[in-house]
Amino acid sequence: MPAPSIYLDHAATTPVDPRVLAAMLPYFTDDFGNPSSVHIFGQRAEAAVDQARGRVAEVLCCQPGEIVFTACGSESDNLALRGAAFAERERRGADTLVISAVEHPAVSRTARQLQDNFGFRLEVVPVDSTGRVTAEALRPHLTARTAVVSIVYANNEIGTINPVADLAAECRALGIPVHTDAVQGAGQLPIDVRALGVDLMALGAHKFYGPKGVGALYVRRGLHLLPWLTGGSQEGGLRAGTHNVPLIVGLGEALYLTSVERETRNRHMLGLRERILRAVLERIPFALLTGHPIDRLPNHASFVLPGVDGNSLLAALDLRGFACSSGSACKSGAPEPSEILLALGLSPRDALGSLRVTVGKDTQPQDVDRFLDLLPVTASALRRECAPPT
Amino acid sequence: MTAERKIAVAMSGGVDSSVAAALLHEAGEQVFGLMLRLSDGSGGPENRCCTPEDIAIARAVAGQIGFPFYVVDARAAFEASVVAPFVRGYAQGITPNPCIQCNRAIRWGVLLAHALAIGATHLATGHYARIDPASGTSRLRAGVDPRKDQSYVLYVLTQEQLAHAVFPLGELTKDQVRNHARRLQLPVAERRESQDLCFVQGDVQAFLAARGVSATPGLILDQQGRPLGQHSGLAGFTLGQRKGLGIAASEALYVLEKDAARNTLTVGPRPAVGRQQFTLGDVNWIAGTPPSMQFEAEVQVRYHAPRVRANIRRTGDASAEVILESRQPDVAPGQSAVFYVDDACLGGGIIQP
Repeated sequence: MPAPSIYLDHAATTPVDPRVLAAMLPYFTDDFGNPSSVHIFGQRAEAAVDQARGRVAEVLCCQPGEIVFTACGSESDNLALRGAAFAERERRGADTLVISAVEHPAVSRTARQLQDNFGFRLEVVPVDSTGRVTAEALRPHLTARTAVVSIVYANNEIGTINPVADLAAECRALGIPVHTDAVQGAGQLPIDVRALGVDLMALGAHKFYGPKGVGALYVRRGLHLLPWLTGGSQEGGLRAGTHNVPLIVGLGEALYLTSVERETRNRHMLGLRERILRAVLERIPFALLTGHPIDRLPNHASFVLPGVDGNSLLAALDLRGFACSSGSACKSGAPEPSEILLALGLSPRDALGSLRVTVGKDTQPQDVDRFLDLLPVTASALRRECAPPT
Repeated sequence: MTAERKIAVAMSGGVDSSVAAALLHEAGEQVFGLMLRLSDGSGGPENRCCTPEDIAIARAVAGQIGFPFYVVDARAAFEASVVAPFVRGYAQGITPNPCIQCNRAIRWGVLLAHALAIGATHLATGHYARIDPASGTSRLRAGVDPRKDQSYVLYVLTQEQLAHAVFPLGELTKDQVRNHARRLQLPVAERRESQDLCFVQGDVQAFLAARGVSATPGLILDQQGRPLGQHSGLAGFTLGQRKGLGIAASEALYVLEKDAARNTLTVGPRPAVGRQQFTLGDVNWIAGTPPSMQFEAEVQVRYHAPRVRANIRRTGDASAEVILESRQPDVAPGQSAVFYVDDACLGGGIIQP
């Protein structure tokens, strides 16, 4: 029998921490109430949501009333962008969205739809070859017409961390609301919203050992958003719908554990990550690091292996018991080069040969070593037998 | 101790390949599914991951049974080695068989190389054919279901390819395969058969026209060269064809000849149809060599055509001369003639104009 597979794709999602699961379970059965109900069942559920909200607020250094629970990171990004765009257009006639060239589709496609279907203008701030937005690049895009700025905190494909505090300061000086998509970064980076100086910040629980299907959005007090899911008056009227109590509890618990254990986890992951970076760049001919060499998520290694087809490499590694990802990952055999990698200036052909390896808090060093022994031979076999079309 | 087998199964979302994969898995083999992505489909340019129904079904079968499944991007290779030659052939007035070329260049070329590179030791397909791994040299044999035998399209296989090939359906009939699909509750049990020209949606003429092979009307002539009527474009006709000529005549008329240079179609009565003698190019011998310079065998000149006794003479490394026992209506340049002795497929080649 083949050995169980090793999971090296923690940027895609993480397993639910058993402590998180234990915290969630009572709210499926015993404490199943609807937080909006008057009776004791409702009160117990409401208390759980309040406690989760308080924990999130504590980690983010904000008020509990500034946290909106959603169904995922993408929903948080949507509420931030759509909500701010429409509110700012109504309030002061600002009609331009400014986003970076390395946003997650939850931001970039939302912004594109606002442009194509709702009459907004869209400006995309270019990034340097490491995938970073600089204050100099952002500044010319900030005008009285700018409704909202959205800059990803750390990109999921290349792991590069943006200087969000510096960029937010530029926006704040001009009174322009600024959103950061911290879905990928929240598990590893400080997410103190006062220090970051942002008005909006999106989180998704499953990236930090919480459950899938729940996210949160920080909305600075005083910032007006037009709600997108309308109905009941949950979440201060910003997000209607009966609270998903167990998942919200899970998010609160997972974020709390993350904040307590962040340094330990990061130290562990950074050691493994450095081992991966060194080995790949040394042992695989022509391998290139993508993203920033230092200012990157501590669990994140990403590469381009020219002449290797990324999808074939993922399949080959999977069959040998290692789960990784690629910027062009496509389950239907029609891969397109990733827009993120193209934004870094890579050629479309090279961009089809990307590999992302992301470790987790429980990744074992000996598994990483086995992976690093296997990867070079696998890559060179593929380079010979199924190079991407020229 | 035998080396561990890891079998990649070429899946199509159809009944045959799904059952092939399921039976191997059931037999305890290590199996994974591979599906070829051959064309862009209808996903639209903005859709990075278009998911045609067939891929979704094959993926569902893999998920239900519980083995890994991956899709291989073979769009460029399929266009270059199957579709483009098909179009070129028609433009030259011959009738190519793209399934043969696909088996040669794509399934047992690109896909086999890919499967081996990512970790397979073998490639299985849902073809109705059998392999006898006789000492040293593998023999290709017809499937036991005479109505479904697909050894015809596999005559292009080499010893190297056969050494990696697995045909789990060779001993089964189509009915048995459908019963397995029902027993295993595969979502494909009642799916229809795939079409021969998988890349042509609808009308071949329209497809060719879109590829720049225009359907130019021309004359239909009798054997003496007298005009009998008009055809709508040579590409729409195959030698031996009877239907669709649109000519009222006292006796049934068949296509005898296509003259691409003059854009004419010559027709005549049934006894004049076909050929008894022809040459073959691109000949492949399954065993690597012919049984002898000259030998007797049965020959099949088209997919599902009856086999005919013939005398075959090797005339070069990849060419042969075939003399059939009797004139056959189906002999068309571009199609393949395949040699059999009993149920063993010896090889074959492409009928030359």
